[in-house]
Amino acid sequence: MTLTEAQQLGYINAQAADGRINVELETDDGMVLNMGPQHPATHGTLRLVARLDGEQVTSADVMCGYMHRGYEKLCEVRSYPQVTTLVNRIDWLGSFANEVPFILAAEQLMEVEAPPRAMWIRTILFELSRIANVSLFIGDLALQLGAQTPAFYAFRDREFVLNQIESVTGGRFHPNFDRIGGLKDDLPKGWIAETKAAMVRLRAFCDEMEGLVYGNEIFQTRTRGVGIIPAKVAQSYGLSGANLRGSGVDWDLRRDANVGLAYDQLDWKVWTHPDGDSYSRCWVRLQEVREATKIVDQLCDGLPGGGIMAKVPRIIKVPEGEAYVATENPLGAMGYYVVSKGDTGPFRVKIRSASFNNISVASWLLRGVYVPDIITILASLYFILGDIDR
Amino acid sequence: MADDTAATTTTAADTLEVASDDRREALLAVFSEHLGDAVLDSHLKVGQALWIRVATAAWGEAALVARNEAGLEWFDFLSAIDWLPSPYGRYEDSSVDVPFPPPMPERSSAVPGYAGGDSRLQVLASVARPGTDLRVLLKVDVPDDDPRVPTWIRAYSGAAWHERETHEMFGIGFDGNADLRHIYLPSEFEGHPLRKEFPLLARVVKPWPGIVDVEPMPGEDPDDDDDATVAEGSET
Repeated sequence: MTLTEAQQLGYINAQAADGRINVELETDDGMVLNMGPQHPATHGTLRLVARLDGEQVTSADVMCGYMHRGYEKLCEVRSYPQVTTLVNRIDWLGSFANEVPFILAAEQLMEVEAPPRAMWIRTILFELSRIANVSLFIGDLALQLGAQTPAFYAFRDREFVLNQIESVTGGRFHPNFDRIGGLKDDLPKGWIAETKAAMVRLRAFCDEMEGLVYGNEIFQTRTRGVGIIPAKVAQSYGLSGANLRGSGVDWDLRRDANVGLAYDQLDWKVWTHPDGDSYSRCWVRLQEVREATKIVDQLCDGLPGGGIMAKVPRIIKVPEGEAYVATENPLGAMGYYVVSKGDTGPFRVKIRSASFNNISVASWLLRGVYVPDIITILASLYFILGDIDR
Repeated sequence: MADDTAATTTTAADTLEVASDDRREALLAVFSEHLGDAVLDSHLKVGQALWIRVATAAWGEAALVARNEAGLEWFDFLSAIDWLPSPYGRYEDSSVDVPFPPPMPERSSAVPGYAGGDSRLQVLASVARPGTDLRVLLKVDVPDDDPRVPTWIRAYSGAAWHERETHEMFGIGFDGNADLRHIYLPSEFEGHPLRKEFPLLARVVKPWPGIVDVEPMPGEDPDDDDDATVAEGSET
């Protein structure tokens, strides 16, 4: 059977929409530009199929799933303490933060409360995850705009934070340190002083980046007024974290829906930016790193004494019920909906990850932009592939 | 259930027994006012969250009420729960051969989850009011013979991807959402992985070590399966 030319094109277009072809094609509608799954600008295995009219994007389709690992299914055959090992790998740059909402949800169902010291150390590690994660974002952002140096600075200074995480938990990327009812261990000797020194270093990093990257004329030209997300759209797509606050929505789960962590006892500020463009999203993130270093300082100063583990049975069985706990993770709101049937493991876990919602706006946002802006917009949305695909 | 004192389950028509969470009760009142009888049941955990179960036909309407009337403008997530007990158990005792395919269990109607429900599949969605800690978890029963519910994309654009995911993972259709392509799995993939009858193939081909690895602790009864299977993973 021979196909007419129009049929062939239709077939190719259908396949392109399905994400199965890997070439750039001239068609009647314009050109199909495929980015990824291993394009350097997509940091990871995200794939973007964009239709172009000249330099302008007429439609963009995001393909994900190249890294789908089925954590929700796997959680159903794990016991509660084993789940933290899995969820560490969702957002791998801030992995401790992934454990916290799950443990808090399990504690809520068991009606166990971790001692204050455990909650404070959790909060410290949570904020250190944020600093490690977002400082790398700042370097990566500059890298995608063609600047090499900030990336090296970011990797260099992130090391100070990872060292602190490692000396507490023993793991640089996958701590698996949070336990139902508390933490595995207390802080090592001399850790507080080292951490405060590292925070000074990170604040200097933020100042340096503010001048080097954010003050750069090229950076400003390429991000200001580009990729504007109005607050209504951001809320309707469920964007969270800096993507939502960059659109002027003053909402931070740490302040407004705190679940037991130590934030309500600290003096800190939620940063927002009214513009909603790529620049404002990146700017809010930079301010949040600096704010996080101040939060860690305060936590180190006010750390209460006492135990780090509540009394929990040796074999953890969570009573029947349902709980949903969301926290403000480095990438945005992350939540776990846990359904328990009174077993040693969860009956169903729904993982609400921030990047999945954050990247779902891309099809809407990329329509009408120019090809070079795809890079800055995707970079400013800031996603981690593990957080999209789970 | 351990929340006898902290929570209470009521129907929309009843008055709430625990009157210490005015803001969430006000939210429930908004839904009852606009949806009427379509609000089938609700569950309030004081200070934590509110669950509302609505009738299947009113599911799309519920989203509009949530966004326009109740001020819950932020879309959180949409997913589903399969209440069928897993025919494979938890794969912990799979040193014994499980017949394949295993006999399908009956869905136990004794424990329907918060806010009730009597279908096997339930769609669950969460919406919140920005700037606050107010959140409503909405549930809807999915008909067993024809698993379809109305779409939410008219109220929340972000629901489009979540409905695609729910469609591929649970096989639930969403009337009005034309784009239900697979989002994670290859388009040729057959089956719905998060349904309970879908086997976790890695565990089928190579059994989880489970009890065979764990030696009983001194003084522990080696026949006590419950203790032995999780001894390795538990923390003290």
